[in-house]
Amino acid sequence: MEKVDEAGAARRRLEEIALLADRPLRLMEVCGTHTIAIFRTGIKSLLPSKIELISGPGCPVCITPQKEIDRAIAYGRMENTILATFGDLLRVPGSGSSLYEEKTEGCDIRVVVSPLDAVKLARDNPEKRLIFFAVGFETTSPAIAFAVREAGRQALNNFFIYSSQRLVPPAIRALLSGKKTRIDGFILPGHVSVIIGSHPYAFIAQEYGIPGVITGFDPLDILEGIQMLARQVKEKRAEIEIQYRRVVKPEGNALALKVMEEVFKPARASWRGLGEIPGSGLFLQEEFSGRDAARVFPLELPDPGEPPGCRCGEVLQGLVGPPECPLFSRVCTPDQPVGPCMVSSEGTCAAYYKYGR
Amino acid sequence: MKTKKILLAHGAGGRLSHELVNRLFLPYFDNDLLRQLDDSAVFSSGKAGRLAFTTDSYVVKPLFFPGGDIGRLAVCGTVNDLAMAGAKPLYLSAAFIIEAGFPEETLEMVLQSMQEAAREARVKIVTGDTKVVEKGAAEGLFITTAGVGVVPEGVEIQSRKAQPGDRIILSGFIGEHEVAVLIARGEFSLKGEVKSDCAPLNGLVEAMLETAPAIHSLRDPTRGGLATVLWEIAGASETGIIIKEDDIPVKSEIRAVCELLGFDPYYLANEGKLVAVCPEGAAEKLVSRMRSHPLGKESRIIGQVVKENPGRVLLQTRIRGHRILDPLSGEQFPRIC
Repeated sequence: MEKVDEAGAARRRLEEIALLADRPLRLMEVCGTHTIAIFRTGIKSLLPSKIELISGPGCPVCITPQKEIDRAIAYGRMENTILATFGDLLRVPGSGSSLYEEKTEGCDIRVVVSPLDAVKLARDNPEKRLIFFAVGFETTSPAIAFAVREAGRQALNNFFIYSSQRLVPPAIRALLSGKKTRIDGFILPGHVSVIIGSHPYAFIAQEYGIPGVITGFDPLDILEGIQMLARQVKEKRAEIEIQYRRVVKPEGNALALKVMEEVFKPARASWRGLGEIPGSGLFLQEEFSGRDAARVFPLELPDPGEPPGCRCGEVLQGLVGPPECPLFSRVCTPDQPVGPCMVSSEGTCAAYYKYGR
Repeated sequence: MKTKKILLAHGAGGRLSHELVNRLFLPYFDNDLLRQLDDSAVFSSGKAGRLAFTTDSYVVKPLFFPGGDIGRLAVCGTVNDLAMAGAKPLYLSAAFIIEAGFPEETLEMVLQSMQEAAREARVKIVTGDTKVVEKGAAEGLFITTAGVGVVPEGVEIQSRKAQPGDRIILSGFIGEHEVAVLIARGEFSLKGEVKSDCAPLNGLVEAMLETAPAIHSLRDPTRGGLATVLWEIAGASETGIIIKEDDIPVKSEIRAVCELLGFDPYYLANEGKLVAVCPEGAAEKLVSRMRSHPLGKESRIIGQVVKENPGRVLLQTRIRGHRILDPLSGEQFPRIC
């Protein structure tokens, strides 16, 4: 194995950050993978106290409203149905149950890593209908779009999508236009930006005068991202820069964007904590409406609202930290989560509980 | 109030498993031996000296995976639980719950593998039981083994004996068993050639005790992984533990699977690794003895026991930050991105 002096390089970056930051800085990361990486690598324990990192609405599981979880559960309970989804959705509590509990009870709930696995499940189980509960940001949407096309190519009539996908830039806009919290800079998501590039974030700098840096996930990447933000603030600049140059291009990935646009269209969607945001959800285009579970199986379900006492909504906007929630670590723990931020391994509360306390 | 139900996560070996044992089982069966919650119970039996006694059930899907199968696991797991008390394992029992319709040929393959593992571990399977249940009432085959062993004089190994200043030694690469089973299950379209580390550790422990009879604690990081056993040792001994990420050996293929699924290698199950806690003065010698054993070639000191933060395990990260290693909560599920 090559021997890189990671610790030494990290120390030098930290020293530079301390020099650059001449006032307290609140930086928000809007990607759950960053939240996890920041905790796992212990970055918070090393940063100078004037740098405060807050987590935004960047975990797909956390921002999925309870009513959509309830609907997925209802689909999982239908006869002759396999409900496939990504792993961290299993534990998210709906209003009465979770997919995990339903699985324990005998519902056919499958965890997949790739949407194509769901297509394969549909092919291998022709006597059943397969509903893929599609949750995720721009990172996963191209793969989901590709899976929809693949199901079409294979003429699988039993493959359906329940789409709860979301887009990142509209959420950042909603957060900023709410003006509830001071943010001095954004640590922008690496994986999402591989797909969409840097242009969709331009409004952050141009309209709100706040710098952003698209950042990778290694500890040295994250430290460099923070360093670049601190430098912009010191030099009174507001630009969208790319730290994660080895994979992110300003224009994004044209091919992925094309397949996404062919299959999905943006529309109004609601986010836990942020409410309804125009153009922030991705839904199947008219052409694919025969695969749209929400249309083919239009169940009438009550809107359960959010669990009482839970402050996930404010946590997701960076208004409060997890310890300020009355439920945190008392009632709400990773074993018995109340709110979604505790459920997902990427959730701010779960990360805080596991690594930060 | 909802009726409490047993969840799959109660069997994952992490915090929920603990909670279940402490809340439901202990109040009914409570006694001094059980309360220690170590891998084996150790008690005196008059002239025969001290005996170690343990039991474990094995359910694994699929039954066969690279590096092992349910039979090998059932022998090694129980042998290892005895070895973690410093005992020399002698006899095992084996009870089988078989689903009607199970192919006899497959059963025979499992039995053969148990025979081989027992030979490797130098133990005898001396009693057993067979039950057949209706199709659907079990998935193929479940095995429960129990084992007894003798604890040599002077050997006192318990999780609660870890002391500030002690060194923590790990016997090799972590995560291989769980990843091998995950790949064999074919669930996450994972491919790769990872073999389970499933092996009887009593030979290694015997060699270790010759060199360092004063070992304080021994644990095999099975379900719940390294993080969970260290947390148990810290809790039982009311000490803190600090380990260094740089010193914990993880093979690149295991790391790759972890990155893909968002798993943490410190929580992955192992079936042929151990963690030893021993006084500082004995540590270097112990490590070099372990390295001369085929199952301990990659042994190394990964951290130490401290007074501060009792009950907590801290990981010093590669960039010299730190994070808390809590026990596993439920099962690890793959993340979205």
